[in-house]
Amino acid sequence: MATVDLKDAKKVYSSGVEAVKGVSIAIPDKELCVLVGPSGCGKSTLLRMIAGLETISSGTVAIDGKIVNAVGPAERDIAMVFQNYALYPHMKVYDNMAYGLRNRGTPKDEIDSRVRSTAKVLELSALLDRRPRELSGGQRQRVAMGRAIVRNPKVFLFDEPLSNLDAKLRGQMRVEIKNLQRTLGVTSIYVTHDQLEAMTLADILVVMNAGLVEQIGAPLDIYEAPASTFVASFIGAPPMNLLALTGGLSGPTLADGTAIGFAPADTKAATLGFRPEDADVTFNAKAPSGALVLPATVEAVEPVGAESFLHCAAGGVRIVMRVAGRAAARPGDQLRVVARAEKLHWFDKTGKRVG
Amino acid sequence: MVERTPILNFVTHLVLFIGFMLAVAPFVIVAIAASHNLKEVNDVPMPLLPGGDFWANIKTAWITAGLGPKLLNSFIFAAGVAAGKVIISALTAFSIVYFRYPGRTLIFWLIFITLMLPLEVRIVPTYAVAANVLSPYQAILDVTGLSWLIEKISGVQVSLSLGLLNSYTGLILPLIATATGTFLYRQFFLTVPDELTEAARMDGAGALRFFIDILLPLSRTNMAALGTIMFLWAWNQYLWPLLVTTDPAHATAVTELKQLIPNVGGIPEWNIAMAGTLIVMLPPLVVVVAMQRWFVRGLIATEK
Ligand SMILES: Nc1ncnc2c1ncn2[C@@H]1O[C@H](COP(=O)(O)OP(=O)(O)OP(=O)(O)O)[C@@H](O)[C@H]1O
Ligand SMILES: [Mg+2]
Repeated sequence: MATVDLKDAKKVYSSGVEAVKGVSIAIPDKELCVLVGPSGCGKSTLLRMIAGLETISSGTVAIDGKIVNAVGPAERDIAMVFQNYALYPHMKVYDNMAYGLRNRGTPKDEIDSRVRSTAKVLELSALLDRRPRELSGGQRQRVAMGRAIVRNPKVFLFDEPLSNLDAKLRGQMRVEIKNLQRTLGVTSIYVTHDQLEAMTLADILVVMNAGLVEQIGAPLDIYEAPASTFVASFIGAPPMNLLALTGGLSGPTLADGTAIGFAPADTKAATLGFRPEDADVTFNAKAPSGALVLPATVEAVEPVGAESFLHCAAGGVRIVMRVAGRAAARPGDQLRVVARAEKLHWFDKTGKRVG
Repeated sequence: MVERTPILNFVTHLVLFIGFMLAVAPFVIVAIAASHNLKEVNDVPMPLLPGGDFWANIKTAWITAGLGPKLLNSFIFAAGVAAGKVIISALTAFSIVYFRYPGRTLIFWLIFITLMLPLEVRIVPTYAVAANVLSPYQAILDVTGLSWLIEKISGVQVSLSLGLLNSYTGLILPLIATATGTFLYRQFFLTVPDELTEAARMDGAGALRFFIDILLPLSRTNMAALGTIMFLWAWNQYLWPLLVTTDPAHATAVTELKQLIPNVGGIPEWNIAMAGTLIVMLPPLVVVVAMQRWFVRGLIATEK
């Protein structure tokens, strides 16, 4: 139905805050793009620029190949689901969903059939005569979705739509949104700061930091090869373990002076990282060669059921290990963390990936 | 903290009762006076129990002061002022809150300044304008010498005139402007979440659609409150209707009450005057009782 193309889009607020500092993203038709990043990094601003609710300071936003910088929000043919849903409090669910269609002069019987079929898909049929305040949070969320879907727009925009729901409902709605988006085949942009939502929903994941794009790619590609220490520590829970390197006489050493024992993948490497699940925990004194071996002291054990997290002090910093099932280790235990060389990530002084 | 002890309960009720008696006493005296005949009402001291001539007095008052048409006048006047104020203040507040245009702050302060110029202060110029709406323009023409010029050239003497005395327009229009109402709406509009405005924009609602479809329905309770207060205020206006309605046919009920007040040396028919007062008090009472349900609903079911 539509592609969305951002070219060097910038936003400077009248107060002088530069919220978006030149972002280029190309979103193919029918794909779901997730913008993720810490609070204040400009995700909402970028989304609102695409929606037409904020002016674009420079650069272009194109929908379906047409530059829409000067087009009003209503004419862009997009629908948005707001964080607080923004349902019209005085209108019944039916009218909330029908309002946008009425303003566009859609014939009455078509409005009726569209509202009713959308309500059916979202299991809202029994609630059409209620007002928003007579609905639960999850139901309101569905109505907000319905209001967007019923218009059959070119693009859906979501600004943290699930952040007001409890964890269980959030999980359900996440799956539902993904299914709906796939069946409807509508290009979508989804803002969240929840990295789990980002990983599970995205066709294209955009990691933002301080108004700039840190990395764009498929979620697993980003997970497996984060472009920077920022991405490495933002994507994944618990995040990647990062250990700073200092150049010693006999090769790089960790903060506590432990030599890593082999050459880094790149001479500029200043930080090494490994995922909590990418290293083995062993009490065995014998270490395989060609692997990073860290003596570690267990500080805390967090069992979560299927797996356990071991918080350890190693190499002068605190690292987290993920082990399957019940952990045998107890706080205070001395053990070894063994990460094979091909599972290590290397970053340079500026935090950029080097191998 | 809410304390509940029998003694405290008694004291609070006592205070409440005293307050109530103080508030209601004048009204009771009016009602009692209205129910006696001429002789009884002039007894010293005045009887404190109701007499039996209530309906007769009401009827006399109604006929003497011609209250039927006067009440209608009053009603049109007060309803007109209330409706006008509600509409005007909603529109001005809408403009101030939702639009960014040059001079917006200036306009805001101009409206604010009118708070310091109530009708009583500007009554003479307002009367002059009501007597001839075009007089300011005439003044401009005269001062600039334009009227002299026109007279010299065309031989026609310019005298613009459009009077509003003795008309509903003249009664209502000068009272409609209201800074208080504008501020009430402004405060309310500022509490409407931005997301709602944005959702409406995405739904293709223009400024006017948004105002009519979203803002007005949301401010129903505000409108009811403002409308009621302004209705009462306008109903009780005395000075302005007295000035503008030189013809008794256009007078309002409140100004016409003076017909019933005994002149010096006249028959002291205070019973009739009080009966007339009761009649004139009734319509605002009805309005308050009718609108009260709205306030209460608005207070209980705050729509999020
Ligand atoms: N209307 C505004 N005027 C001025 N500055 C603004 C405005 N809106 C946002 N900002 C600033 O722009 C930056 C980005 O804000 P934005 O709302 O896009 O962040 P975000 O990534 O959505 O954060 P969050 O996850 O907390 O919602 C912030 O520094 C914020 O203070
Ligand atoms: Mg945001």
